[in-house]
This record gives sequence, C-alpha cells and structure tokens, in this order.
Amino acid sequence: MLITKPKDSREIESYFEKRVFVFKCYGCREVYFPEQEINKFVEERAKSISGIAEVDYLCNESFSKIYIEKNAHVIRNSDVIVVFSCGVGSQVISKLMENNIVVPGCDTCYLNGFQGLTVLDCDCNQCGECYLNYTGGICPITSCAKNLLNGPCGGAKNNKCEVNPEVDCGWIAIYERLMKINKEKILVENKIFVRNFEKIIKGK
Amino acid sequence: MEKQSFSEKLKEGKFVITSEIGPPKGTNIEPHLKEAEHIKDRIDAFNVTDLQSSVMRLGSLATCKLLIERGLEPVFQITCRDKNRLALQSDLLSAYVLGVKNVLCLTGDHTTLGDHPDAKPVFDLDSVSLLQVATDLMNGKDMKGNELDGKPEFFPGAVVSPGYEPLELQLIKMEKKIEAGARFFQTQAVYDLKSFEKFMKMVEKYRVPILGGIVLLKSAGMAKYMNEKVAGVSVPDRYINMMAQAKKEERAKVSVQIAAELIKGMKGLCQGIHIMPLGWEKYVPLVLEAAEL
Ligand code: SF4
Ligand code: SF4
Repeated sequence: MLITKPKDSREIESYFEKRVFVFKCYGCREVYFPEQEINKFVEERAKSISGIAEVDYLCNESFSKIYIEKNAHVIRNSDVIVVFSCGVGSQVISKLMENNIVVPGCDTCYLNGFQGLTVLDCDCNQCGECYLNYTGGICPITSCAKNLLNGPCGGAKNNKCEVNPEVDCGWIAIYERLMKINKEKILVENKIFVRNFEKIIKGK
Repeated sequence: MEKQSFSEKLKEGKFVITSEIGPPKGTNIEPHLKEAEHIKDRIDAFNVTDLQSSVMRLGSLATCKLLIERGLEPVFQITCRDKNRLALQSDLLSAYVLGVKNVLCLTGDHTTLGDHPDAKPVFDLDSVSLLQVATDLMNGKDMKGNELDGKPEFFPGAVVSPGYEPLELQLIKMEKKIEAGARFFQTQAVYDLKSFEKFMKMVEKYRVPILGGIVLLKSAGMAKYMNEKVAGVSVPDRYINMMAQAKKEERAKVSVQIAAELIKGMKGLCQGIHIMPLGWEKYVPLVLEAAEL
C-alpha cells in the first residue's frame, strides 16, 4: 500500500512557468490520492496548462503508450509533463517520453499492507521525498544498488552495476536520460541530497 | 628538521608520494607497520584502507593511530558501507582527537563483493555527503546544525577514476566532491599516460591536486583480470605482453620497470602519485629508485 502526497509547491512551481501537460492517475483506488489538493493546485495555474489527462493505472506501460500516442500532438509539444501519481507512474511516463521533461507532482510514502498489482521494470520504494525531478524520471533508490543520491559510485564497468554485471548501472541510465533533454548539468546544480529516513518510519 | 606534512607539501606545490596499508584480517598488524616504517622516509603519507573490498578486517582508525605513534602520517580512509551518519560523524571526531588529519571520504564497495555478502549494506550517506559532513564538522556543526563543543580540523580528500566511462559523469561527481570540500584527489590505477594526460587537461580548471594511482602488476593474468572486472582500469596490451614474456623470477623486475615508466610520465602531469602495492610493499623502494624519485 502507499500514499501519495502533493509535493511542496515551491519545489515544482517553476515548472509552471512554461506549458505544462498534467497526468493524474486514479488507478489504485485503495490508495490515498490527494485529489482535491491537486485539482486546486492545477486550477490555480490554469494559464500554463496545455492539457490534463485523468487516467487509470499509468503504471500499465502499454496502456500509457497508447494514450500518449493518441494525444501526442498536445503532450509532446508541452514543455514539461507533470505526473500526479505514485513513483512508478512517473517513471513509466518518463520512460515513454525520453525526449521530454517529465517530473513527479507527488511524493510517494509508505503505508502498511499489500504491495502492487503487477510485475514491472520500474520500482518505487515509497521513500516519501520523490527525487525523480532531479534524476530524469529514473529512481535513484531502486535503480542503484547503493541507493546513491549524488551521482554514481566508481564501480560500474561497461555500463553494468558492480553488484550484478547483468544489471545496468542506474546512474549511467540517469545521466543518459538527462543528456536526451540537455539537463545533465542539473546533477552538478542539485543541492547535496541526504535521505530523510524519518519519512519511512511507520506511524510517522 | 621536522618532516613536512602531506598537506603542507601539496600546498607548496611539491610532488607528493603516498602509499597504502591494508590492515590484516586479524590482529597481526606488526609486519605491516614494519614494512611501512621501512619506507617512511620516502613516503609522505600512508592510506589505511577501510575494510578493503568489503572484507572484514582490522579497523582503519586503529591502524592510523598505530602509524602516528611510530611517526608516520596516515590518510584515514572512511567508507559509507558499514556505518550510518551518526557513526560516521562520531568516527570523524574520534579520528581528529587521535591525531588524524587526512581523511579520504569514499562511498565504498558494495557488501555483496566481500566475505560477508549477507551483511546489511548501509550507504546512509555517500562520498559527497560524507565530505560535506566533514566540512560541517570543521565549521563547528554536526550535520543537523547542532553546535559542537570543540571542532576538528581535517584535510579531506576523495577519489576519482580517470578511466571511468562515461568520463563526463565522473567529472560531474568530482565537481560535487570539490563543492563538498575535497581538497585533494587520489585516482584509480592509471596505465595509459595518453588518456591520463587528457583527463588532467579536463580537470585542470578545478585547481585541486591530483595524485595518480599506481598499482604494481604481478602477472599478465592479473592485468587481464583487471581489464575484465575492475572498473575504470585498462592495461594496454604492451604491458600485458611485457609481463607475459617475463620469466617468473623476472616478473617483479618488469613490474617495477612498468611502474617507474608510468611514474616518470606522470611527473609532469599531476601533483603526486599514490602507490597501491597490494602485497608487494617490498618493491616500493625499487619503484621509487627506478622512477628517480
Ligand atoms: S524517488 Fe524512487 S522511491 Fe522515492 S518516491 Fe520517487 S520513485 Fe519512489
Ligand atoms: S554501479 Fe551504478 S547502480 Fe551500481 S551501485 Fe554503483 S552507481 Fe549504483
């Protein structure tokens, strides 16, 4: 189970200076999705919005792909895609739209109970402070064996992780994804991240 | 005359030489200290590895303290693999009160690569945030901004891998490390002077001293193994052939010759060298002689 919380508006405000396409995911209905807060936030920025998609199960890649193709003219021509969903939904959209800037509008938090519906490549650990807007929509926590937040360790060889030569290094993937949108410099500009484990302690 | 410290020498732009001690798996540290003492006049500081390759061993900090007692200057290697942020900050404070000034902040190899692959990998911080923590402590604050009662003084360093691909990504991380407080860098083993020169050109702008890494080749097999498995290392065929053609009893001589050639080439390029003998400590004086250092 998980809970999504809208990100602090200061963190995502700057994206709305441009043309924004919004995804809202209503998939897992047992999940708490902060619908009213998100709607209010989006309405207040109506001037910048090029379109809104309200869909079920963004994490379903083939479904999302069809949706994006059908609405490609609006979605791909927006400057930024903001995804209000759990971390998996944001990652799937980012993966499908590699040449666009895709950022999460929510933080995904942990909640006791049964996890997940289907097996996916993208994974979210519900860390409570989503980093996807700094990492090109690839989760540094689930795609890096050391959960590194400030760049790769020195261990990757031939793009593979030092822990498992069958698995791609998450940080090289992040770098290559950011290169596609000419944003690799944000890795230097980002503040130095340190995880807040208080956010995943149950009952908090 | 008192020997100049590692950081003073670097500040004055003198060419520095560091080497490395890997503490034993057990308590038998004496032979390692003897070996270090034997070459202490030629080495500016000794790195002490922190459970190198994720293998459980004698601790880095205790070994640093033993070196200090014998008049040798240590570089305390500290990784994020085994300790959370409380323990790391506390160890840095402990290091300072024991007389350790040079700290090399590393992320660390993953636990699964060592002899306790079932251990919990910590990685609460990483090399960048650890450097930032060392800087905070020097400014009299812990990482939550709480005042310290007495603040440490460090000469923080970090590592960089000139053979990493994509190199630009490695440079991004290097920039983050400098921003967080790294004042010197030691590199992964270098075997290709041409690409090392290119790397040095790219990092010149940071104006941070770089110590080129030297690992003594023990055999052609070792070189091939490193090419296949070790990140950021590529030994050119020429050196592999030299090692392969050497008779068994000649191998050490050839290895020394290769290391000396590399060091001579590095002298004009970087600010020092870091020799990782990996068990071949006894050949370090020969290498330095052959390299005319
Ligand atoms: S950074 Fe990763 S683990 Fe954290 S919320 Fe985002 S997708 Fe989930
Ligand atoms: S090799 Fe890449 S994915 Fe693996 S631990 Fe290092 S940075 Fe993370």
